[in-house]
Amino acid sequence: MSTDAPAVPVAPVLEERGARGVVELIFRVRELGLLVALALLVGGTYLAEPRYLSAQNLRDIGLNVALVALLAVGQTVVVISRNIDLSMGSVLGFTAFATGSLFADHPGIAIPLVIAISVAIGAGFGAINGALVSFGRVPSLVVTLGTLYIIRGADFAWASGRQINAADMPDKFLELGSNSIAGIPVLTLIAFAVMLVAGFYLRSYRSGRELYAIGSNPDAAVLAGIRVGRRVFGAFVISGALAGLAGALYAARFGTIDAAAGTGQELAVVSAVVVGGVAIFGGSGTVYGAALGALLLACISSSLAVLRVNGFWEQAIIGALLLAAITIDRLLALRVTHLLQRRSARRAG
Amino acid sequence: MAEPIIALESASKSYGAVRAVRGASLSIGAGEVRALVGENGAGKSSIVRLLAGVQRPDRGRVLVDGAPADFNNPTDARDAGVAVIYQEPTLFPDLSVAENVMMGRQPLTTGRRIDRRAVHRHVTDLLARLGVRLDPDQPVRGMSIADQQIVEIAKALSFDARVLIMDEPTAALSGNEVARLFSVVEALRDRGAGVLFISHRLEEVFAICSTVTVLRDGEVTHDGPTSPLSTDELVRKMVGRELSQLFPKGEAQIGETVLKVSRLTREGVFVDVSFEVRRGEIVALAGLVGAGRSEVARAIFGIDRRDAGTVEIGGRELPNGSPSAAMGAGIGLVPEDRRQQGLVMDLSIERNATLTTLGRLGRLGVIGRGAERRVAADWAQRLQIKLHDLGDPVGFLSGGNQQKVVLAKWLATEPRLLIIDEPTRGIDVGTKAEVHRLMSELAGQGLAVLMISSELPEVLGMADRVLVMHEGRLTAELDRDEADEESVVRAATGQRGLAA
Repeated sequence: MSTDAPAVPVAPVLEERGARGVVELIFRVRELGLLVALALLVGGTYLAEPRYLSAQNLRDIGLNVALVALLAVGQTVVVISRNIDLSMGSVLGFTAFATGSLFADHPGIAIPLVIAISVAIGAGFGAINGALVSFGRVPSLVVTLGTLYIIRGADFAWASGRQINAADMPDKFLELGSNSIAGIPVLTLIAFAVMLVAGFYLRSYRSGRELYAIGSNPDAAVLAGIRVGRRVFGAFVISGALAGLAGALYAARFGTIDAAAGTGQELAVVSAVVVGGVAIFGGSGTVYGAALGALLLACISSSLAVLRVNGFWEQAIIGALLLAAITIDRLLALRVTHLLQRRSARRAG
Repeated sequence: MAEPIIALESASKSYGAVRAVRGASLSIGAGEVRALVGENGAGKSSIVRLLAGVQRPDRGRVLVDGAPADFNNPTDARDAGVAVIYQEPTLFPDLSVAENVMMGRQPLTTGRRIDRRAVHRHVTDLLARLGVRLDPDQPVRGMSIADQQIVEIAKALSFDARVLIMDEPTAALSGNEVARLFSVVEALRDRGAGVLFISHRLEEVFAICSTVTVLRDGEVTHDGPTSPLSTDELVRKMVGRELSQLFPKGEAQIGETVLKVSRLTREGVFVDVSFEVRRGEIVALAGLVGAGRSEVARAIFGIDRRDAGTVEIGGRELPNGSPSAAMGAGIGLVPEDRRQQGLVMDLSIERNATLTTLGRLGRLGVIGRGAERRVAADWAQRLQIKLHDLGDPVGFLSGGNQQKVVLAKWLATEPRLLIIDEPTRGIDVGTKAEVHRLMSELAGQGLAVLMISSELPEVLGMADRVLVMHEGRLTAELDRDEADEESVVRAATGQRGLAA
């Protein structure tokens, strides 16, 4: 007997290609749709108020988006694995304050060392989150909601009303937050680089793909021999470390830090991630989408400011956008499933 | 004789107070296809978990090539060459076929990056070897169960498994798909792999397995070659008692029409389906998986909208796309997938049993625990559900008893028409007969039953009339005396249409 199973005539290549094309387009449409929305928003605002595209305003948008995008990249890594990290805003606040006080209390300390410490503190918080989620088996929503309050509380206790000002920090460090290279703010470049690295990691490394697998079907991930606990732990460490980096950069950008820095950031970040097409129950989405989501939200708030719309609308619009994104997501998923079922029915026939 | 590739030596495993496996020994040698049979709850799945490294035995050991092996996790088992195809697909719906097959073992380039081209090439080869038409880049979400099974097999092939364990691989397959699976299994066997094959379909056991291990209440009651055994003997070893008749459909007074379906169509799924079901009648809807049978049921019940045609209950037309209207008109639907659609696995038995009748149980909207428990206890007794406590999660029950809870849940609504999709899928032989007896009794009491079944003996034994679907069309309507294996299979494979 032959070792090979009986071969079935190969399907016409065209049919396969066509099938794949439709599905791919629908999955990619999320990012396309974001780009279209972005173009409409920018175009419309520009027509009404040409100052919108002034170098200064673009720079501001770039600066504003950088920190949120950085956090959004970290959040994406966690959300893909069917978890959530709500403690990011608090970690940012804590590490921003830590950065400021390191400079204030140890004049002359090396800048890279301070940034490294800030990242390490963030990673440490991430490790606590990750350990509780992976090994304590507590849902991440609960764990990170708890650490959100604990870390913020620790921040307040440590700061005890103290505020750190730009004068406490070296100029070289503050320049990180205000300088540009070729017209693009350094902060934006850093966020962009981090996004590219994270995107590459998630796409091309086994451990990155395994995060998607875990988010897609945790039970199957265990059976496939994936070390789920370790991977999820790693995802939280990444997100904590990025929040720590964002904390240091926050200090460089704003110069003034008190214990309330970054309060509520986690919600802006989750919004950016969801608007960016990352499935909130894990398994799909990209850091590029999340960064685009952050950019869209930053553009909206800038556009409202330029058009002198009441700031209240910003919140309402972000909320509406969030609902729209989730609704579209569900509808698309249903349509794709339906489409695929029809096709397989037809193919069987 | 050569050492078996993998063996279990007097292994025991308990879950809490339940002793799932008791001192069981089993071995799989090279080129051997061994069947593992037993009633549901006999411990088959537990044995699979031990061999797969998902769990470790409390006592006894796992031997690989005669040497003790300590599987701490599924990876250890996989590294020893053990591949498992589980009852429930264990795939990642968001990821592509190729990624599913190669997850965790993707070929890497220098720099430890995933070599996407190599992944694609490798999976394309595997699928070609299996003789199937699947796009490696297609996401798994939305694929049929049969296709998902193929992906699982491709996964097993991808690491040249020495032992393939298949836990009811054919439960969701039909006809040619089973044949396709068997040819793959035979190819693996001829290449020197060992196969452990678990199935409730005994004819498959006899068709493909050379040896058989029978399990009863966690203990091995028989171990030997398949050929000297007859089906009856095997069944007796499984249940430990005689089964006089597997499919006892009694005579029932057939009355007026309850369900009338006219020219029902859902675009791309099924076309122009018309039939009637009468009081006291069991009508079987037969056909291959994917022929559109479950979809017809869903459209009748209003889960999916129909694009054309009408559904009438007792002469009244049902509104489109409204399950609550269907329930109000007296339709009950026992779905194909108990775990996903029929039950809320984490809820207690009583909560599950009363889910459909909550409105009636409540007083001013408040549901009393006492009333709930009384109703559930009543049904548990009437259907002889074997349980420890009504407050236990329904997931604790064996498959057959879970199915009875689903039945109870619907019978409590006092339906006029009961649609049962695969009434005995994954249910052991003993309970199967009980479910059949129950269906027959219900029909005797005047219930109209529409039964979807992929098991031919069940269809032929139970049905007063057999409707056969093929590729979304009704291809035959056979009376009890016209229906036999040949006529149904011909219609299900579409040959009858050509001849007529």
